[in-house]
Amino acid sequence: MNGAEFVSLSLPPIVIGVLVAVTCALPGNFLLLRRQALIGDAISHVVLPGIVVGFLLTGAVATWPMLLGASVAAIAAVVLIEAIRRLGQIEAGAAMGVVFTTLFAGGVLLLEQSDTSSVHLDVEHALYGNLESLIWLEATGWSSLADPAALAGLPPELFRIAGAAGLVALLLAVFWRPLKIATFDENYAAALGLPVTAISLGLVIVSAIAAVAAFDAVGSIIVIAMFICPPATARLLTDRLGAQVAWSVALAAIAAVAGFVLAGYGPLWLGGSDAVSAAGMIATVSGVLLGLAALVGPHRRPLAAQP
Amino acid sequence: MAAELQLAAAEGRRVAPGDAETAAFAVRGMTVSYGPKPAVFSVDMTVPEGSMTAVIGPNGAGKSTLLKAALGLQTPLAGRATAFGQPVTDVRDRIAYVPQRASVDWGFPTRVIDVVAMGLYREMGLLGRFGARLKARAADAIARVGMAEFADRQIGQLSGGQQQRVFLARALAQDADLYLLDEPFAGVDAATEKAIIAVLKELKARGKTVVAVHHDLSTVTEYFDRVVLLNVRKIAEGAVGEAFTADTLRAAYGGRLAAADLPGAVHAI
Amino acid sequence: MLFEALTLGLGYNASLVTLGAAALGMAAGVTGTFLYLRKRALVSDAISHATLPGIAAAFMLAVALGGDGRGLPVLLLGSAVSAALGLLAVQWLASRTRLTEDAAIGAVLSVFFGFGVVLLTVIQTLSTGRQAGLEDFLLGATAGMLRSEALLIAVGGLVTLAIVVVLRRPMLMTAFDPSHASAMGVNLTRTDIAMMGLVMAVTVVGLKIVGLILIVALLIIPPVAARFWSDRADRVVLLAGVVGGVAGWVGAAFSATAADLPTGPMIVLAAFALFCLSFLLAPGRGLMAAALRAASFRTRVHLRQGLLAIANDQPIYETLTLRLLARRGLALPDGVPTEAGRAAAARARLDEERWAIVRADPSLELAAARYDGLTPLEDVLTVDQISEIDARRPAPEALA
Repeated sequence: MNGAEFVSLSLPPIVIGVLVAVTCALPGNFLLLRRQALIGDAISHVVLPGIVVGFLLTGAVATWPMLLGASVAAIAAVVLIEAIRRLGQIEAGAAMGVVFTTLFAGGVLLLEQSDTSSVHLDVEHALYGNLESLIWLEATGWSSLADPAALAGLPPELFRIAGAAGLVALLLAVFWRPLKIATFDENYAAALGLPVTAISLGLVIVSAIAAVAAFDAVGSIIVIAMFICPPATARLLTDRLGAQVAWSVALAAIAAVAGFVLAGYGPLWLGGSDAVSAAGMIATVSGVLLGLAALVGPHRRPLAAQP
Repeated sequence: MAAELQLAAAEGRRVAPGDAETAAFAVRGMTVSYGPKPAVFSVDMTVPEGSMTAVIGPNGAGKSTLLKAALGLQTPLAGRATAFGQPVTDVRDRIAYVPQRASVDWGFPTRVIDVVAMGLYREMGLLGRFGARLKARAADAIARVGMAEFADRQIGQLSGGQQQRVFLARALAQDADLYLLDEPFAGVDAATEKAIIAVLKELKARGKTVVAVHHDLSTVTEYFDRVVLLNVRKIAEGAVGEAFTADTLRAAYGGRLAAADLPGAVHAI
Repeated sequence: MLFEALTLGLGYNASLVTLGAAALGMAAGVTGTFLYLRKRALVSDAISHATLPGIAAAFMLAVALGGDGRGLPVLLLGSAVSAALGLLAVQWLASRTRLTEDAAIGAVLSVFFGFGVVLLTVIQTLSTGRQAGLEDFLLGATAGMLRSEALLIAVGGLVTLAIVVVLRRPMLMTAFDPSHASAMGVNLTRTDIAMMGLVMAVTVVGLKIVGLILIVALLIIPPVAARFWSDRADRVVLLAGVVGGVAGWVGAAFSATAADLPTGPMIVLAAFALFCLSFLLAPGRGLMAAALRAASFRTRVHLRQGLLAIANDQPIYETLTLRLLARRGLALPDGVPTEAGRAAAARARLDEERWAIVRADPSLELAAARYDGLTPLEDVLTVDQISEIDARRPAPEALA
C-alpha cells in the first residue's frame, strides 16, 4: 500500500477508531470505579431506539436529529433505571436489565414497522457499524493533510467524534477533583457541599455523549468494549488514578490501531482474501489486552481484606 | 423531649431546650425514616462551642443517620440543623465530617496524601493549584495523626487503624471549627485510638467543637465531657456526669443493657 | 386472528413456537429469580452475548467437516460451549483479579460479542457462508422455521422447565440463604453450577426465538415484576414463572399474527407490560401503594411531632406540621393550639412517657421493639399492663 492509499483508505478510520476508543475509555474509568461499568452497556443498547425515533420523527436519515434522539434515549434510560431502582427498590443491575432490553426491543419493533429499507438503517449496522467505510476519497497522499480543499472531504464522522473527544476530555479535566472526591467518598463529597447527584448524572450524560458520538462512527459493540476493557486493564496495571486514566487512553488507542490493522491485514497474512470486521477486532484486541493484564498485571490481585 | 423532661423531673432539675443561635451545632425536630419506621424521631440536640460530645445508643438507634441528616446527606422527613446559628449548608467551610471508615472502597487507586488533599477542596476549587502552602497543610495534618511516613502509600495497603487516621487527617486539613465524626474508634487498634483521642482533645483545647458517634460505653467518661443518648428518640443530653447515668442508659438500651454494664462498671455493648 | 394465535389456531409451526416460548418463558422466569435473588441478574447478559462466537465457530467447524453448518443442534451446542467459556471468564476475572463482577460482565460480553462479529464476517466471505443466516440469532427469527427446529425448541423449553421444577428446592434455599442451605446439606457449588447451567439452557433454547441480545430480558424482567407482589421467595419464583410464561405465550402469539411483529421484541414488550402493571399497581411494594403509604406516614410523623411540641410548649418550625395541625383543627394557622389540640397533645405526651418506661424496662423488650414514635402504646399492651406502667410514672406535681 502506498502513501496515497494509506492516507485515503486507512488513516481516517484509524484516527476515528482511536478517537472513539479514547472518548469512551475516559468516562469509563470513573464508571468502573463507581461500579457502574454496565451503564455503558445499557446506554449503548438504547442508542438504537433513540436513533430510530429520531429517524421516524424527521423522516430522513439526518444526522443531528438521530444523534439527538439517541442522546435523549440514553438520558431517558438512565432516568428510568434510577426510578425503578429507587422507587421499586430493585437492585441496580436488574433495573438496568429491565430498561435496556425493553428499549432495545422497542427500537427493533419500530424498525420493523417502519419502511427503512430505502435507508441505511438496520440492527446489524447499529451493532457493528462500518468503520472501514469511513474513507477519504479526496486524499491524494500525505500532502492532502495540508490541503484545505481535500480536508473538507474528510468523513463528517471524524469531526463529530473529534469534537466529542475534545468535549469529554475537557469536562473530565475541569471536573477532575469533584469527580474524584465524589467517586471515592460520596458522603464526604456531599458534606463538603459538592452536588453529588449532579456529578453522578453529569458523568452519565458525558458517557452518553461519548456513546452516541462513537456509535455514529462505529456501532455499539465497540462502544461497550471501550467503556470497560481499557479502564479495567489499566486498573490492573497501576494504583494511581491519574496513571490509570493515562494507561486506559494508551490502551484504547493501541486496541484501536492494532484492531484495525489486524482486521484489514490479518486475513491476508493467513491466506484469506477479505478483511474482517474492524469493530469486532478492536473489541477482541482490547479483550486480549485485558486478559494479559489479568494474568501478569502488577496490580491484578484482589485487595486483601484489611483488619 | 417528653422522656427527657420526665427524667429531668425525676431528678428534680429543669432542662432547657438550649439556644440554637449560640450553639456550635444544633438539631431541631429531626425525623428521618428509611422505611415504615422512623430511624430517628423528633430529635433535638444542642452542642455548645468548645465541647466534646459523644452520641451513644444501641445498634440501629439512628446515631449515624442523625449526623448524616444534619449534614444534608440524607433527606429528613422533618427537622433542621444549624451550626454556629446558621443552616449547616451555609457554613460548610467551618464543618469537617469524618464518615465511617467502612463506607468507602479502600481499593480506590489513590495515595494517603491525595485523600488528605480532598480536605482542601473548598480552598483549591476546580482548578486552583495544590501549591506549597496547601501541601504543607496536608503534610501537617498527616503528621498530626502520626502518619507522616505513609504519605505516599497506596491507601489499600493501610491497616484499619491507619485508614481511620487518614480520614481524621483529611478532616484536620480542612481546619474547621466543628468536627462531626461517625464511629471514629470502630475497629481500630489501641495505638490508633490513643492517637485519635489525643488529636480530638487537642482540638477541644483550641476551642474547637467535637461531636462523635461512639459505641464503647467504657470510654465515654474518659474521652468526652458531654453525651447525647439516642434510641430513635433522644433519651438524655447533657454533661457526662448528669446525663450518663444508670437511669438514662437503661432508658436508652432497655433490655440490651445488663446491670453490670451501668456506669461504674460499664463495658462495651 | 389474534384469538386464533392465542389459542394455537395458526398452524403447527406457530403453535409449536408459541408453546416453546411459553415453556421457555416459565423456565426463564423461574431460573432468573434465582439469579435475581443472588443479585447476579446481569451475569446472564454476559452468558447470552458470549454465545455468538460459539455459534459462528460451530458453523465453521461443521462446514470444514463437510456439513452445511446450518443444523440447529450443532449451532446450539457451539453456543453452549462458548457461553460456558464466557461464564468461566466472568468468574475468573471477578475472583482472581481486583475487578468487580459488573466490570467482568461488561468486559466478557463485549469482547466475546466482538470476536463473534469477527467470525461472522469471516463466514460471510466463505462461499458456503453467504446464506448462513447466522444473524438471525442476534434478534431471533421464528418465521420460516423448519418443523424440526420448532419441535426442538418446544422440547428444549419443556425439558428446561422440567429440570427447573426438579431442582427448585435446593436452588431456592441457596438463593435465599446460602449458609443455611449449606448447613441443610445442599452442595452450594453444585447448585450454583446447576443454576448457571439452567441459565445457559434458557439462553441456548431462546436463541432462535428471542435472539441473544434480548434473551436476558426473559431472565430479568419476570423476577423483577414478580418481586413486587410478594416478599416470600417461593411465591416470587412461582409468580416469575407465570409472568415469563404469559409473556412468552402472548408475545409469540402476537408475533404470529403479522410479519412485521418480530417474536423476540414482542415477548420482551409483553414481559415489560406485566412489569409495568406490577410496578405501578402491586399492593405493598407497588409504586401507588408505596406513595400512599409514604404520604400517610409523613402526615402521622408531622402530626405527632407537632402535638409533642405543643405539649412541651416548644415552637413548631415546620410549615407542613402547622398546616396539618390547622387542617385537623388542632391548632390555629399561627401555631397556637386549640382546646382539641391541647387535649390531643396531652394524650401524645402521656403516651410518650409510658413508652419511655416500657423502653427502659428489660422485661418489656418485645413491646419496646415495636416503638416507632407513632404507634400508641394502647395498640401494643393491654389495659392492665398500661395501668401497671402508669403506677410507675412520677407523680404529676413533679412535672409541673
